Amino acid sequence: MKRIVNEMKLRLPARSQNESVCRSAISAFCSELDPTVEELGDIRLAVSEAVTNAIVHAYRELPMGEVGYVYISARLYDTREVSVEISDNGCGIENVDEAMKPAFTTGSSDRCGMGFLVMENFTDQLTVRSKVGRGTTVLMRKFLKP
Amino acid sequence: MATATLSKKGNTLTVRLECEIDHHTAKDIRERIDRSLDSERPGELILDFSKVSFMDSSGIGLIIGRVERASSIGAAVTVTGASGMIRKLLSMSGIEKLKSLRIV
Ligand SMILES: Nc1ncnc2c1ncn2[C@@H]1O[C@H](COP(=O)(O)OP(=O)(O)OP(=O)(O)O)[C@@H](O)[C@H]1O
Ligand SMILES: [Mg+2]
Repeated sequence: MKRIVNEMKLRLPARSQNESVCRSAISAFCSELDPTVEELGDIRLAVSEAVTNAIVHAYRELPMGEVGYVYISARLYDTREVSVEISDNGCGIENVDEAMKPAFTTGSSDRCGMGFLVMENFTDQLTVRSKVGRGTTVLMRKFLKP
Repeated sequence: MATATLSKKGNTLTVRLECEIDHHTAKDIRERIDRSLDSERPGELILDFSKVSFMDSSGIGLIIGRVERASSIGAAVTVTGASGMIRKLLSMSGIEKLKSLRIV
Protein backbone atom coordinates (compact mmCIF):
# COMPACT_ATOMS: atom_id res chain seq x y z
CA MET A 1 0.00 0.00 0.00
CA LYS A 2 1.33 3.41 -0.93
CA ARG A 3 1.19 6.05 1.77
CA ILE A 4 0.60 9.77 1.46
CA VAL A 5 3.64 11.84 2.41
CA ASN A 6 2.10 15.25 1.96
CA GLU A 7 -0.95 16.91 0.43
CA MET A 8 -1.97 20.36 -0.70
CA LYS A 9 -5.17 22.05 -1.79
CA LEU A 10 -5.35 25.40 -3.54
CA ARG A 11 -8.24 27.50 -4.73
CA LEU A 12 -7.46 30.46 -6.94
CA PRO A 13 -9.56 32.84 -9.03
CA ALA A 14 -9.25 32.06 -12.75
CA ARG A 15 -6.98 35.02 -13.51
CA SER A 16 -3.98 34.70 -15.80
CA GLN A 17 -1.68 36.07 -13.07
CA ASN A 18 -2.27 32.80 -11.22
CA GLU A 19 -0.65 30.65 -13.91
CA SER A 20 2.82 31.39 -12.52
CA VAL A 21 1.52 31.18 -8.95
CA CYS A 22 0.42 27.59 -9.60
CA ARG A 23 3.79 26.68 -11.10
CA SER A 24 5.64 28.09 -8.10
CA ALA A 25 3.32 26.33 -5.66
CA ILE A 26 3.65 22.91 -7.30
CA SER A 27 7.45 23.27 -7.52
CA ALA A 28 7.74 24.05 -3.83
CA PHE A 29 5.35 21.26 -2.93
CA CYS A 30 7.24 18.57 -4.93
CA SER A 31 10.70 19.56 -3.75
CA GLU A 32 10.41 17.30 -0.71
CA LEU A 33 10.80 14.27 -3.01
CA ASP A 34 13.94 15.73 -4.60
CA PRO A 35 12.85 15.45 -8.23
CA THR A 36 15.45 16.01 -10.94
CA VAL A 37 15.44 19.37 -12.70
CA GLU A 38 13.88 17.64 -15.70
CA GLU A 39 11.15 15.91 -13.68
CA LEU A 40 10.25 19.18 -11.96
CA GLY A 41 10.19 20.97 -15.31
CA ASP A 42 7.81 18.34 -16.69
CA ILE A 43 5.43 18.72 -13.74
CA ARG A 44 5.50 22.52 -13.90
CA LEU A 45 4.73 22.41 -17.60
CA ALA A 46 1.85 19.93 -17.36
CA VAL A 47 0.28 21.82 -14.44
CA SER A 48 0.68 25.10 -16.31
CA GLU A 49 -1.22 23.67 -19.30
CA ALA A 50 -4.14 22.39 -17.22
CA VAL A 51 -4.42 25.56 -15.15
CA THR A 52 -4.22 27.73 -18.27
CA ASN A 53 -7.05 25.73 -19.84
CA ALA A 54 -9.23 26.35 -16.79
CA ILE A 55 -8.42 30.06 -17.00
CA VAL A 56 -8.77 30.44 -20.78
CA HIS A 57 -11.62 28.08 -21.63
CA ALA A 58 -13.66 26.96 -18.63
CA TYR A 59 -15.25 30.29 -17.75
CA ARG A 60 -15.56 31.81 -21.22
CA GLU A 61 -19.35 31.89 -20.87
CA LEU A 62 -19.37 33.66 -17.51
CA PRO A 63 -20.94 37.13 -17.57
CA MET A 64 -18.48 40.03 -17.34
CA GLY A 65 -17.47 40.81 -13.78
CA GLU A 66 -18.02 37.28 -12.48
CA VAL A 67 -15.01 35.15 -11.74
CA GLY A 68 -14.63 31.37 -11.62
CA TYR A 69 -12.14 29.37 -9.62
CA VAL A 70 -9.39 26.89 -10.36
CA TYR A 71 -8.87 24.10 -7.84
CA ILE A 72 -5.62 22.22 -7.41
CA SER A 73 -5.27 19.18 -5.25
CA ALA A 74 -1.85 17.56 -5.08
CA ARG A 75 -0.40 14.59 -3.26
CA LEU A 76 3.02 13.08 -2.75
CA TYR A 77 3.28 9.35 -2.02
CA ASP A 78 6.09 7.35 -0.42
CA THR A 79 6.35 5.45 -3.71
CA ARG A 80 7.71 8.71 -5.22
CA GLU A 81 4.49 9.34 -7.04
CA VAL A 82 3.21 12.88 -7.54
CA SER A 83 -0.47 13.23 -8.34
CA VAL A 84 -2.09 16.52 -9.25
CA GLU A 85 -5.75 17.15 -9.90
CA ILE A 86 -6.74 20.42 -11.58
CA SER A 87 -10.44 21.16 -11.76
CA ASP A 88 -12.93 23.89 -12.52
CA ASN A 89 -16.68 24.44 -12.36
CA GLY A 90 -16.79 25.84 -15.85
CA CYS A 91 -18.55 25.07 -19.12
CA GLY A 92 -17.12 21.57 -19.55
CA ILE A 93 -15.99 19.83 -22.73
CA GLU A 94 -18.54 18.32 -25.08
CA ASN A 95 -16.25 15.73 -26.67
CA VAL A 96 -13.12 15.02 -24.65
CA ASP A 97 -11.54 12.64 -27.19
CA GLU A 98 -11.84 15.26 -29.90
CA ALA A 99 -10.59 18.06 -27.61
CA MET A 100 -7.48 16.03 -26.80
CA LYS A 101 -6.46 15.64 -30.45
CA PRO A 102 -3.44 17.75 -31.37
CA ALA A 103 -4.33 21.04 -33.06
CA PHE A 104 -7.95 20.92 -31.89
CA THR A 105 -8.87 24.24 -30.36
CA THR A 106 -11.95 26.34 -29.76
CA GLY A 107 -9.73 29.21 -28.69
CA SER A 108 -8.56 32.35 -30.47
CA SER A 109 -5.78 32.41 -33.06
CA ASP A 110 -3.24 32.67 -30.21
CA ARG A 111 -4.01 29.09 -29.16
CA CYS A 112 -2.66 26.13 -31.08
CA GLY A 113 -4.41 23.14 -29.53
CA MET A 114 -1.25 21.61 -28.06
CA GLY A 115 -2.08 21.73 -24.35
CA PHE A 116 -3.42 18.19 -23.92
CA LEU A 117 -0.66 16.76 -26.11
CA VAL A 118 1.91 18.45 -23.87
CA MET A 119 0.22 17.11 -20.72
CA GLU A 120 0.21 13.59 -22.15
CA ASN A 121 3.85 13.77 -23.18
CA PHE A 122 5.21 15.22 -19.97
CA THR A 123 3.36 13.09 -17.42
CA ASP A 124 3.08 9.32 -16.90
CA GLN A 125 -0.69 9.17 -16.69
CA LEU A 126 -3.42 11.58 -17.69
CA THR A 127 -7.16 11.29 -17.10
CA VAL A 128 -9.67 13.90 -18.21
CA ARG A 129 -13.24 13.92 -16.98
CA SER A 130 -15.69 16.57 -18.06
CA LYS A 131 -19.36 17.32 -17.96
CA VAL A 132 -20.98 20.04 -20.02
CA GLY A 133 -22.27 22.78 -17.75
CA ARG A 134 -20.55 21.29 -14.69
CA GLY A 135 -16.83 21.50 -15.27
CA THR A 136 -13.63 19.64 -16.01
CA THR A 137 -11.16 17.64 -13.95
CA VAL A 138 -7.69 16.72 -15.16
CA LEU A 139 -5.78 14.14 -13.13
CA MET A 140 -2.10 13.71 -13.81
CA ARG A 141 0.44 11.36 -12.29
CA LYS A 142 4.18 11.47 -12.43
CA PHE A 143 6.38 8.65 -11.12
CA LEU A 144 9.73 10.05 -10.04
CA LYS A 145 12.90 8.03 -10.55
CA PRO A 146 14.12 6.27 -7.41
CA MET B 1 8.23 43.24 -15.12
CA ALA B 2 10.16 43.29 -18.39
CA THR B 3 9.13 40.58 -20.81
CA ALA B 4 11.32 41.24 -23.81
CA THR B 5 13.87 43.63 -25.30
CA LEU B 6 13.41 44.60 -28.93
CA SER B 7 16.17 46.02 -31.08
CA LYS B 8 16.49 46.78 -34.78
CA LYS B 9 19.77 46.55 -36.62
CA GLY B 10 19.82 46.95 -40.37
CA ASN B 11 16.96 44.93 -41.72
CA THR B 12 16.70 42.63 -38.69
CA LEU B 13 14.39 42.95 -35.72
CA THR B 14 15.72 41.01 -32.75
CA VAL B 15 13.51 40.13 -29.80
CA ARG B 16 15.31 38.94 -26.70
CA LEU B 17 12.70 37.21 -24.58
CA GLU B 18 13.32 37.66 -20.89
CA CYS B 19 10.54 36.02 -18.92
CA GLU B 20 8.66 32.79 -18.41
CA ILE B 21 6.37 32.48 -21.43
CA ASP B 22 2.82 31.54 -20.58
CA HIS B 23 -0.67 32.70 -21.54
CA HIS B 24 -0.34 35.66 -19.14
CA THR B 25 2.99 37.04 -20.39
CA ALA B 26 2.47 36.10 -24.05
CA LYS B 27 -0.11 38.86 -24.51
CA ASP B 28 2.32 41.69 -23.83
CA ILE B 29 5.10 40.07 -25.86
CA ARG B 30 2.76 39.49 -28.81
CA GLU B 31 1.51 43.07 -28.81
CA ARG B 32 5.00 44.54 -28.64
CA ILE B 33 6.36 42.36 -31.45
CA ASP B 34 3.37 43.05 -33.69
CA ARG B 35 3.59 46.79 -33.13
CA SER B 36 7.26 46.69 -34.05
CA LEU B 37 6.65 44.50 -37.12
CA ASP B 38 4.08 47.03 -38.32
CA SER B 39 6.24 50.11 -37.77
CA GLU B 40 9.70 48.73 -38.63
CA ARG B 41 8.77 46.33 -41.44
CA PRO B 42 11.97 44.24 -41.05
CA GLY B 43 13.08 41.55 -43.49
CA GLU B 44 14.00 39.21 -40.67
CA LEU B 45 12.65 38.59 -37.19
CA ILE B 46 14.89 36.86 -34.66
CA LEU B 47 13.30 35.41 -31.53
CA ASP B 48 16.02 34.75 -28.97
CA PHE B 49 14.98 32.25 -26.29
CA SER B 50 18.33 31.98 -24.50
CA LYS B 51 17.02 33.82 -21.41
CA VAL B 52 13.75 31.87 -21.24
CA SER B 53 13.59 29.40 -18.37
CA PHE B 54 10.01 28.27 -18.95
CA MET B 55 7.59 28.09 -21.83
CA ASP B 56 4.31 26.24 -22.40
CA SER B 57 2.04 25.83 -25.43
CA SER B 58 1.30 29.56 -25.27
CA GLY B 59 4.85 30.02 -26.57
CA ILE B 60 4.16 27.72 -29.52
CA GLY B 61 1.08 29.79 -30.33
CA LEU B 62 3.17 32.94 -29.98
CA ILE B 63 5.75 31.69 -32.49
CA ILE B 64 3.18 30.41 -35.01
CA GLY B 65 1.29 33.70 -34.87
CA ARG B 66 4.48 35.75 -35.40
CA VAL B 67 5.55 33.54 -38.33
CA GLU B 68 2.19 34.29 -39.95
CA ARG B 69 2.41 38.02 -39.25
CA ALA B 70 6.01 38.18 -40.46
CA SER B 71 5.19 36.21 -43.64
CA SER B 72 2.49 38.71 -44.49
CA ILE B 73 5.13 41.44 -44.74
CA GLY B 74 7.65 39.15 -46.39
CA ALA B 75 9.86 38.60 -43.33
CA ALA B 76 11.38 35.29 -42.27
CA VAL B 77 11.56 34.19 -38.63
CA THR B 78 14.52 32.64 -36.84
CA VAL B 79 14.31 31.07 -33.40
CA THR B 80 17.60 30.98 -31.49
CA GLY B 81 18.80 29.90 -28.06
CA ALA B 82 16.06 27.34 -27.36
CA SER B 83 17.37 24.93 -24.73
CA GLY B 84 16.39 21.43 -23.56
CA MET B 85 12.75 21.59 -22.62
CA ILE B 86 11.82 24.31 -25.08
CA ARG B 87 13.42 22.31 -27.90
CA LYS B 88 11.39 19.29 -26.85
CA LEU B 89 8.24 21.41 -27.04
CA LEU B 90 9.16 22.80 -30.45
CA SER B 91 9.74 19.39 -32.00
CA MET B 92 6.60 17.96 -30.40
CA SER B 93 4.48 20.71 -31.94
CA GLY B 94 5.66 20.04 -35.50
CA ILE B 95 6.42 23.75 -35.78
CA GLU B 96 9.79 22.90 -37.37
CA LYS B 97 7.99 22.12 -40.60
CA LEU B 98 6.86 25.72 -41.12
CA LYS B 99 8.44 27.05 -44.32
CA SER B 100 9.38 30.56 -43.22
CA LEU B 101 10.67 29.46 -39.81
CA ARG B 102 14.25 28.52 -39.06
CA ILE B 103 15.31 27.04 -35.74
CA VAL B 104 19.03 27.29 -34.99
N1 LIG C 1 -10.95 23.25 -18.54
C1 LIG C 1 -11.56 23.32 -19.73
N2 LIG C 1 -12.83 23.78 -19.85
C2 LIG C 1 -13.46 23.86 -21.05
N3 LIG C 1 -12.88 23.50 -22.22
C3 LIG C 1 -11.62 23.04 -22.18
C4 LIG C 1 -10.88 22.93 -20.96
N4 LIG C 1 -9.66 22.42 -21.24
C5 LIG C 1 -9.63 22.23 -22.57
N5 LIG C 1 -10.79 22.59 -23.15
C6 LIG C 1 -11.13 22.48 -24.58
O1 LIG C 1 -10.18 21.61 -25.21
C7 LIG C 1 -9.52 22.28 -26.29
C8 LIG C 1 -8.11 21.76 -26.42
O2 LIG C 1 -7.31 22.12 -25.29
P1 LIG C 1 -5.74 22.24 -25.48
O3 LIG C 1 -5.14 22.70 -24.19
O4 LIG C 1 -5.21 20.97 -26.05
O5 LIG C 1 -5.59 23.36 -26.60
P2 LIG C 1 -5.86 24.95 -26.47
O6 LIG C 1 -5.96 25.33 -25.04
O7 LIG C 1 -7.02 25.28 -27.33
O8 LIG C 1 -4.54 25.57 -27.11
P3 LIG C 1 -3.10 25.66 -26.39
O9 LIG C 1 -3.14 24.86 -25.13
O10 LIG C 1 -2.14 25.07 -27.38
O11 LIG C 1 -2.86 27.09 -26.15
C9 LIG C 1 -9.66 23.75 -25.97
O12 LIG C 1 -9.58 24.56 -27.12
C10 LIG C 1 -11.05 23.80 -25.33
O13 LIG C 1 -12.07 23.77 -26.31
MG1 LIG D 1 -4.55 24.74 -23.63
